[in-house]
Formats: sequence, structure tokens, C-alpha cells
Amino acid sequence: MIVAATLLTASWISMPVGSEPPAGPGLGRQVSPEEIAHSDVTVFPDGAGLPPGRGDARAGETVYRRDCLACHGPDGLGGSAEPLAGAQRGLTDEYPEKTVGSYWPFATTLFDFNRRTMPPHAPGSLTGDEAYAVTAYLLFLNGIVEENQVLDAAALARLRMPNRDGFVPVDARP
Amino acid sequence: MTDGKLDLHGAARRRFLSAGLKTGLVTGFGAGLVRPATAGEGQRQLSDRLPPWMRQAGAPFSSYGQPSSHEDGVIRWVSANRDMPGNGASWCPLHELEGIVTPNGLHFERHHNGVPAIDPARHRLLVHGAVDRSLSFRIEDLLRYPLRSRVCFLECGGNSNPGWNRQPSQGRAGYTHGLVSCSEWTGVPLATVLGEAGLQSGADWLIAEGADAFAMNVSIPLRPGWERGLLALYQNGERLRPENGYPLRLILPGWEGVLNVKWLRRLHVADRPAMVRNETAKYTELLPSGKARQFTHTMEVKSLITRPSAGMRLPGPGLYALSGLAWSGNGRIRRVEVSVDGGDTWREAALEEPVLPYCFTRFRLPWRWGGGVSRIASRAVDETGAVQPTRAELIARRGRHGFFHYHAIVTWEIDEEGSVGQVYDRRSDAPDGELDIDAGWF
Repeated sequence: MIVAATLLTASWISMPVGSEPPAGPGLGRQVSPEEIAHSDVTVFPDGAGLPPGRGDARAGETVYRRDCLACHGPDGLGGSAEPLAGAQRGLTDEYPEKTVGSYWPFATTLFDFNRRTMPPHAPGSLTGDEAYAVTAYLLFLNGIVEENQVLDAAALARLRMPNRDGFVPVDARP
Repeated sequence: MTDGKLDLHGAARRRFLSAGLKTGLVTGFGAGLVRPATAGEGQRQLSDRLPPWMRQAGAPFSSYGQPSSHEDGVIRWVSANRDMPGNGASWCPLHELEGIVTPNGLHFERHHNGVPAIDPARHRLLVHGAVDRSLSFRIEDLLRYPLRSRVCFLECGGNSNPGWNRQPSQGRAGYTHGLVSCSEWTGVPLATVLGEAGLQSGADWLIAEGADAFAMNVSIPLRPGWERGLLALYQNGERLRPENGYPLRLILPGWEGVLNVKWLRRLHVADRPAMVRNETAKYTELLPSGKARQFTHTMEVKSLITRPSAGMRLPGPGLYALSGLAWSGNGRIRRVEVSVDGGDTWREAALEEPVLPYCFTRFRLPWRWGGGVSRIASRAVDETGAVQPTRAELIARRGRHGFFHYHAIVTWEIDEEGSVGQVYDRRSDAPDGELDIDAGWF
């Protein structure tokens, strides 16, 4: 609490006089670790937060055909949604193509995104196994994993994406 | 008017005037004498001299007012993915608006999978992670907290991105640059709620998550500036509109739109960012080196002449009131300069009060259009001294494929007929006609 107070005080310096954050009535209900676990779906690049489950690209192709192909096209290219694979031009070319393989710095991001919001007509409907499998399929399409390479939390967190070092932080350092 | 009743009254009025002239009884104004009525004059009605809306009872009261039907063209322009209509944006018609406050129904939208229908009684905000106490708040709890209001702009990182194209957009000003709006937001200071939870040592990031069908999330640094944040419940005096985050959204004045998470349901305090899709694959800006700028949260100094602007037509030479908007994520606007000769010379425009930090500032300048081809442009300077760049300067600094954070000077050209269109500055590209925005939005 002392640390918190110090941090807040330092930040308040930039606020106009008299606009320090007012004290609240303390109405927040303390929640249990179980309740937090129920709601917390944050996934970090080191793999923290990844759920149980496993799958490979073969299983993922089935998921992809069922849930993704209509918008993303065969092999992650050519639908109404953005291309996921098959970049022909690099990031320094005149018309750069930013796909999962060419641009995304972390594989955990892809898993998290698939699990939290895909497919758009039924977000959150993928099982853990399906989410790992379809992630593996997209990584396979991008030449990052083998077709029979099984991904689970540990294996996903270990993957190093080609553009891992492609970002320069500007306003904040990770 | 083709209204038969009006014609009848018009005819009666003409007959009256005609009769008066013939009998020589029309006297000058202010004669001051009560004149004896002539035959038939007592039959005339005041309504003969009134417009139609004064000759009948008006519409009854309304429980929620709407704009005039004559203004039904003042609308957001919607563009979305054809297979996913909830993934897209609607642009604010800045060119139709005045002052600095955006009407709630015209505030721009950027949704990734539609507008959720949230029952406020069942909605919760969870604050957890690197805090002393993990807390859950109901909306009715937050409504009991001390509230603060702040008038500030909110701008999507992708606003104005047609500017990266080789050909200047000829869309209306708001439909090119209107992923920005300005409102009075009222809510619980973020610092109050985080203070109650108790930030732990190393609590440098806040991962915010929305309750939409995208579960939109983003990592926000707890660096100077975050303390301006509000857990907003109200917009321009009324509870948030569904498309602006009802019942609860984050407002971080001056920071990129995507950080201002709508339908806020979770604040995860952490020692590092989660590197989610919207801070890696999107909302990052590719540089010529192949590296990409990341965590570009401060919206840079920017301005735009909203009237006249592309798609308008000046009816003829004469005096015009140039009007525009300036804003900066660094704080207040210090100065706006206007050029009416394509950037050769600049004159300082008048800034209209109030000039608030992180807020739209309205600028005005009278201008006499002589009738020839003219190029008008505005250039803003903020309180840190940051100057809005020319397009050539921006491209020299960032290349062409940043996609986000386009904030260069916008130049409108008025042709000899008075039609207004957009042109690029002198050192711009050869017009080869190819559109080169990289990667689609939706």
C-alpha cells in the first residue's frame, strides 16, 4: 500500500491543482482467486495464462475448414478477411504484406486472438484443443511448425516467431 | 411552396396591397395615427402575413429530441467488412459540425465485432492482478463514486489514413478525417479505483478488456498520463450510448483511441504487456527499415479546416469564415496558422475559447476569396512546441506504410468554379494512381 501511494502521488504531479483523485466509498467487492480464474483470460507472451489443451495442424485444418475458411479463404488467403499466410513481399518491399508469418511477433498472440474472438459468428466457441489446433494450422501455413507438431501451452510459448525483434517501442517499454 | 393554402393567402395579400395602392391609403411606417378602417379591412387576418409554421399548432413534446428532418443528411458514414458487418468504422461528419463538442449520435465508431447489448445490472468490472485487493464493481457501485468530467477528443489511431495513399482522397473532410470526435466524458477517476485496489510494486501495465464479441483487449502503460483516465459512465451529460461503450468505458485523454476500451469489464494489472493482437499485428506502424513502431499511444498534433472543405462549393467570390479544428495528445493547442496560398505564407488564426488540454480547439479566420484557384491549409502547434508536419515531412520521417497515426497538414484547393477538393503539398508523390495503403482494416 505504501508503494501504491508513492506511485500515485508521483503521477498526480501532472494533474491540475485540486484535481487529486477523490477518495472512493470502497464499494468494490473483494473477489476470490476462483472468481478471478473464471474471468481472467489474459495470455502473456511467456505462456502465462495459456489454458490446458493440445492440437496439431492436421486437426487444425478441420477446425479451419469449419470456422475460418469462409472468410479467410483456402490456405489463409483470398477471402474477405485479411490474409493470414502466403506473404509474397517482405516488410521492406514497396508493398509490404503483414501476415502472421511475416509480422506477428508472438505465437501466443495468435492463440489468444483465436480463442477470444474467433470465429466472429460464435466467439469463444473453440475448445482449448481446437484453439491449439487451429493455431498450429495457421503456423503450419506460415512455415513455422511442422504439420504433425503438437502444440500445447509449453510448446506454444517456446516458439520463436520470425518477426520477434521487429518492433520498436515508442511511448512505453515492455 | 406548392401548398394550395399558402397560395390562397398569397393571393389575398397581393389583393390587399393592390387595393391599398389604388386608394392611396398605404401610409409610411411610424405614421403613429390610428387610421379609421375602410370597408373590408376588418376581415383581414394576421396569418396573411405569417409563414405557414406560424399558422398552425406545432408538434407536441417529445420524450427524446431528434435533429430537424432538414438535417437528415448530417450522418456518420459507415464502412464495414462485407461478411462481418460489425467489423468496421463510422466516420464523424466533421464538415457539417461546429463548435468543439460532437453530438452523441455522430461520435465516430470503430468496432471489431459489433455493439454488444449489455444489461447494466449484470455487468461487472473486475480489477485484479498486481494489486493488494482484487475487486469487483457493479455499475450501481460506480455511480455512487465521486465523478469527474473532462472534455477531450478521442481519435482512432487509423484516422486520416487515406493520407498515406498516392492520390489524395476526395471524400468529405469528416469521411476522411472523422475517426475523431470530442465529448465531455464523466466518470470515476481511474486512479480512485486503482487506489482502492492498491497497486503493487512493478505494476507498470494495465490490460483492459471489453465485454463485446471481440473481447477487445489492450495493454496500457501506467506511465505519466494514465492518471487522467476516467472510468466513464456519461457522455455529454447522458449515459454512454451503446456504441460508445455502455455502460462503462475507459477514457484516456490524449491517448490512441484503441486504448479507450469500450464496454469495460476487466482491468488486469501486470508487470508487462500481454502483447495482444491490437498492440502487435495492428496499431503498430511499419517503418522503411522493416521495423515497426509499437506502443505509439500519444496522438500527435493535428488540425483540419472543416469549412470550406472537400466536396463543398463556394457560391462566388467574397468574404468567407474559415473554420477548423485542432487537437493534440500532448496537451493544449498553442497556435494554429492558416495559409491561403498553398503554404507560401501563414497567418495566425483566432482560437476560440475554451482552449483545453487534449481537447478539440476551434479556430477561425476570415478570408476573402478572389475567385481564382486557391489552396488553403492549417498547421497546428501545441503547448510542447510540436508542429504539425507537411505530408512530405511525415513520409520522410516514417515512410509510407505506417498505416496509423497520419497527422500531416491537409490542403484544400478551391478551383475557379469554387469547388473544393484535396491536394497534396508540393513535394508530394508523382500521381501514379495506385492506392498503396497496406493491409485492410476489417
